Amino acid sequence: MSEWRRLDRRSLGVTALLLAGVSVSAGVPIVIGTGLPALGWLGTGAVLLVGGGVLADLVRLRRTRFRCTAERLEAEFTFVVHTRKSLPRERIRNVDLTANPLHRALGVAVLSVGTGRQESSGQGRITLAPLALADAEALRTELLHRVAEAPADGPLATLDPRWIRYAPVSFVAPALGLSAFGALFKVADWFGAGGGLLDWLLDLSGELPLAVSILFLLALAVAAGVVGAAGLFAEMWWHYRLEREPGGTLHVRRGLLTTRSITLEEQRLRGVEVVEPLGARLAGAARVDAVATGMKRDDDKTDSKTLLPAAPRAVAHDVAAKVLGEPVLDDVRLVPHPPAARGRRLRWALLAAAAPVLVLLLLGVLLTDVLLVLGGALAVVVLPVAVALALDAYRSLGHGTTTRHLVSRRGTLRRGTVVLERDGVIGWTVKQSVFQRRRGLATFTATTAAGSGAYSIRDAGADEGLAFAAAAVPGLLTPFASAAAEASRA
Amino acid sequence: MPTGTVELRPPRNTLDRRAITWWRWQWALVFGPAVLVLVLLGLLIPPAAVWLLAPAVVVALIGVAWCAVLPLWWFGLHRWEVTDTAVYVRSGFLWQEWRVAPLSRVQTVDTLRGPLQQRFGLATVTVTTASARGAVRLRGLDAQVAADVAERLTERTDATPGDAT
Repeated sequence: MSEWRRLDRRSLGVTALLLAGVSVSAGVPIVIGTGLPALGWLGTGAVLLVGGGVLADLVRLRRTRFRCTAERLEAEFTFVVHTRKSLPRERIRNVDLTANPLHRALGVAVLSVGTGRQESSGQGRITLAPLALADAEALRTELLHRVAEAPADGPLATLDPRWIRYAPVSFVAPALGLSAFGALFKVADWFGAGGGLLDWLLDLSGELPLAVSILFLLALAVAAGVVGAAGLFAEMWWHYRLEREPGGTLHVRRGLLTTRSITLEEQRLRGVEVVEPLGARLAGAARVDAVATGMKRDDDKTDSKTLLPAAPRAVAHDVAAKVLGEPVLDDVRLVPHPPAARGRRLRWALLAAAAPVLVLLLLGVLLTDVLLVLGGALAVVVLPVAVALALDAYRSLGHGTTTRHLVSRRGTLRRGTVVLERDGVIGWTVKQSVFQRRRGLATFTATTAAGSGAYSIRDAGADEGLAFAAAAVPGLLTPFASAAAEASRA
Repeated sequence: MPTGTVELRPPRNTLDRRAITWWRWQWALVFGPAVLVLVLLGLLIPPAAVWLLAPAVVVALIGVAWCAVLPLWWFGLHRWEVTDTAVYVRSGFLWQEWRVAPLSRVQTVDTLRGPLQQRFGLATVTVTTASARGAVRLRGLDAQVAADVAERLTERTDATPGDAT
């Protein structure tokens, strides 16, 4: 299959429908706001927008071609400038398929091929938008040298609809609730009825006192947030399947309206991170992210690197074990950190909590007694929370090794347990502040080519941590251990 | 007997002694303009002269003490070493840092000479690994030593197969 091919013509339909949708959704509020006379101008504008968009897309379609030879995947675009991208097939590390509802209605999909290198400059990635669905699937299979056959051992995980109960406890829910209210008022504002809506909502709660009305509105926002979070979860994770394909790739398929198909070569996998945001942790849930090379740096969105959405902890551990090929999280014994680390966390938390309280008290002394009361109330609420979080953060700290992996756990609002292949560690950084030195602590950071590039073991005992780091990656730190340490170990 | 410090031995080599002068100039260029601006304003605005010249004197005194004393201390803390298997660097003052990168994982070796460094015949060698955050920097080496180190590291790196991830 080495002849030049073109993108799918149905792209024109996608573009036309998309721009028509944009025109309508932007035009309607304007017409409502300014009356019918604007309709003529808006209609002309909309026709120009759709026509221009389709024309541009036509040029793009006619002038783009691609081919897949035995060695390379090449894409060319010739219009005024000539650009040519060429990826060696042996370097291709991920092939993702995405189809939004428009694409699906027209039977096409967007294929994105990456080498995992120089992603930021766009050099290492070819995006073919769009291809006929069958062509895209075939190309994906061909590029990954995979036979399109069902995996032998079945999927590693599939969606259990009950997991949706973990969606509302995420931090997304309150944000969605608030933005729902925002959108409501925005729409009401178009009709010049922003104030009326508030009155109506307050009237709805009848003659109740203001405090109760506010609680009622709050409950509405929470309900909107819960529904929104559940909806978002369904859109992201419906039809979720994690499979191991023959030839050593992990394949995640998911999505209700927009379907996504994400492929990850196991050769690039250096470990996993089990993430437990506070809400999910209290509900007994955890998420599994891949720690792999060649993914976008500092991309903390729950997107392409998530192997398993928030699911019961036992399921998360099971999936992590299957992906890693070793039941690391059940086997590992995490070494707790010295009590001095707890002291540091308590001091930080109390400092952070005391600052606003002290400001309020100071202003209260200078200005009015009301602020004193407010400051006192804040202290009663915030200080215990700060202490609880600090103690929890200390309990979370831990590190350990198994035969092939290194484990480090930390955090309280977002507790993350990183499992890193010991072979994947490509350097150690030891950092010690003057405060840490006084208390015999140090932070040990394993650098790696994967994920965020560095994973830390914070506030471990200076001696124990060094022995641990030296043992975890044999030969790397040992030559530099001081004579005193050598003597004490011998 | 645990002392609280990390039991890593110091790397073998110190920086070039000219690094002390280099640091002094760097900080002189930070303090100098501030003092200059204050003095100029003080001379141009006679009514506020005291309020501008007094801080100028204070900043100048701090700057002189800073440039005189601290670089000597930093010189003792910054050390480096390249063994047959790894690059090993100690740096930082309030936050001490020990970095080790195995040569088998080194991807690029860059040498950089800023304008001030050129003036003092110094250079910075940056050794990057496949990690986004694993770069090891040797700042303030003699230019010739830096060139030798870079060459040696490049030879080693070329000899290592694979893409070092």
